[in-house]
Amino acid sequence: MADSLNIEELKRLAPPAELRRAPVVEGKPSLGALTDKLSEFAEGKTPRWWWILFIPAAFAATVIFPTCLFYQVFTGVGVWGNNHPVMWGLDIVNFIWWVGVAHAGTLISALLFLTKQHWRTTIGRMAEAMTVFSVMMAGLYPAIHVGRAWFDWFMFPIPNSNGNWPQFKSPLMWDVFAVNTYLTVSTLFWFMGMIPDFAVFRDRATTRVRKTIFTALAMGWTGSARQWHNYEKAYVVLCGLCTLLVFTVSSIVGLDFCASQIAGWHATIFPLYFVIGAVFCGFGMMLVILVPLRKWCSLEKVITMSHMDKVAKLALVAGLIIDYIYLQEFFIAWYSGDTYERWVFGHRLFGHTYLYLGWTLIGINVCVTQLLWFKKIRSSLAALFIIGVLINIGMWSERFVIVVGSLYQEFLPANWGKYMPTIWDVGLYIGTLGAFFMLYLLFVKFLPMIAIAEVKGVMPEADPHHPLGGAQKGDHQ
Amino acid sequence: MSEKVYGLMAEFDSPAAILHAAEKVRDAGYRRWDAFTPFPIHGMDQVMKLGNSLVGWVALAGGAFMFLNVVGLIWFANAFDYPLIVGGKPMFSVPMTFVPAYIMLIMGGALGALIGMLGLNQLPRLHHPLLDKKRFELVSRDKFILLIGAQDEKFCATETKSFLESLGGTHVEIVEDVE
Repeated sequence: MADSLNIEELKRLAPPAELRRAPVVEGKPSLGALTDKLSEFAEGKTPRWWWILFIPAAFAATVIFPTCLFYQVFTGVGVWGNNHPVMWGLDIVNFIWWVGVAHAGTLISALLFLTKQHWRTTIGRMAEAMTVFSVMMAGLYPAIHVGRAWFDWFMFPIPNSNGNWPQFKSPLMWDVFAVNTYLTVSTLFWFMGMIPDFAVFRDRATTRVRKTIFTALAMGWTGSARQWHNYEKAYVVLCGLCTLLVFTVSSIVGLDFCASQIAGWHATIFPLYFVIGAVFCGFGMMLVILVPLRKWCSLEKVITMSHMDKVAKLALVAGLIIDYIYLQEFFIAWYSGDTYERWVFGHRLFGHTYLYLGWTLIGINVCVTQLLWFKKIRSSLAALFIIGVLINIGMWSERFVIVVGSLYQEFLPANWGKYMPTIWDVGLYIGTLGAFFMLYLLFVKFLPMIAIAEVKGVMPEADPHHPLGGAQKGDHQ
Repeated sequence: MSEKVYGLMAEFDSPAAILHAAEKVRDAGYRRWDAFTPFPIHGMDQVMKLGNSLVGWVALAGGAFMFLNVVGLIWFANAFDYPLIVGGKPMFSVPMTFVPAYIMLIMGGALGALIGMLGLNQLPRLHHPLLDKKRFELVSRDKFILLIGAQDEKFCATETKSFLESLGGTHVEIVEDVE
């Protein structure tokens, strides 16, 4: 083996075409050309499509969002549709939905790193950004849902003159820790991953302003072997911890539900159910973000069709697990023989008020997802984008059905009621969507949206034992 | 403002080239040297004999510190300072502390990993002598630079220069440290 290393030999030994792994980056660019390509968008002129998307997003984020927020905080939770018996309305639905969107980002970035999937380098950074921004949106909801947002500090264990402490036995209290930790850790992870790329931007900077900003952000990173040595270790540790968070944060959100006595919520499957639903929803959002950006930022050769195919397959896997859980839920509701459980689950699909949402859920999460089995669908970007949007709608309906569907007709018919979101509920949701996309567009424009150093690191040119990496005949392997 | 020599840098074109050069620099008995690359190079750790990074231990310490502190905090808050009976449950029991303590373990571990990484790498730093070199900007692009520090016992401006050139290094330059 030792003296047989040359390109012809490698070609002879390579597996047949259909078994070969797709290259991470297509077109065999040199390392320099790849660096140019990946920094191009952040350094070039702002294109028109960016402004067309940014202006409405910024309007929603800076006008609609604060208007709805301040009106609610100054007036009270009563401006929302929440009222007895449905005390958890769109605020909690959207909270769970946003946490869900976050989860696929961490999963793609951290879990696929631990399993050494090289293709994740190209979309990992964008996934992490999705996580950070959507956790920000998620964290907002419980903070204002408490009604008196100025007392939010009661939730933190701070010594105070009242001499009281939070009650740590409640899953709602665990939520405070979970969401704050998720935000902090995913931001740290995102930031640490960007340090070598800030150095790339620093070294490429042509204006004084860019040079100053990226010099500060890169913190003096030089890329020495000793720095990489510690950096790689820290990265593995952070990936491991982030993977734990994927399974913890939504589990705790699930515990908020299953620790209660409400029919439809009081089930041990909830933590798992919420984790998988979160991941599924996040893959949908990932498709929605990746499909347009790869085209508009001309990254087709970096975020290749093979990567899109893999994201779609992961969405399918998550979708199938979710379908299995639906089956279990309905089966257990029937098998338990509990009248209230049977009533709640029957009314999800055959009730009168929210049955259309129940069928949206079945129609999308169970039926539309199956389209991803077909290679033809997975290789059509338009189809993937539409399926991505639909998955988000489907998962939003699921959250609504779980939260409101169990509350509006509870044990005593005297307590039955209806829930309709008001304009302030909807406005706040539009505001958070706007804020999310505004932050995302700013990220895409100003920060390294693809992990430049990581992508270069998985190229054959970066492997000292590969002919393209300069390995000579006779090199020890 | 005085200028003194910080070291000699030599540029290489491929990961394999710098890896081989690094092996030879090590075998020649140099001790204070480093390789600057756009991405981590497989095998460089072994060549430089870096061993296991301490970052993992810093993260473990951070996680353990947070975990134990949160368990302690919960005992202090719910069993000692402000005991309150909720649902007839005991004031303090280990299982009930697990979830918040575990979550904060993750927080502590993550902070430990980041702070450990920055601390061990002596970051953030405002300046590094290499960042003054024009050619060094290429390190974040596609070049690989090997630096032998002037502090090294074997360092000699002329001999080390010709040694680096004999290894195939190009653009061998003196790096000055401005004080």
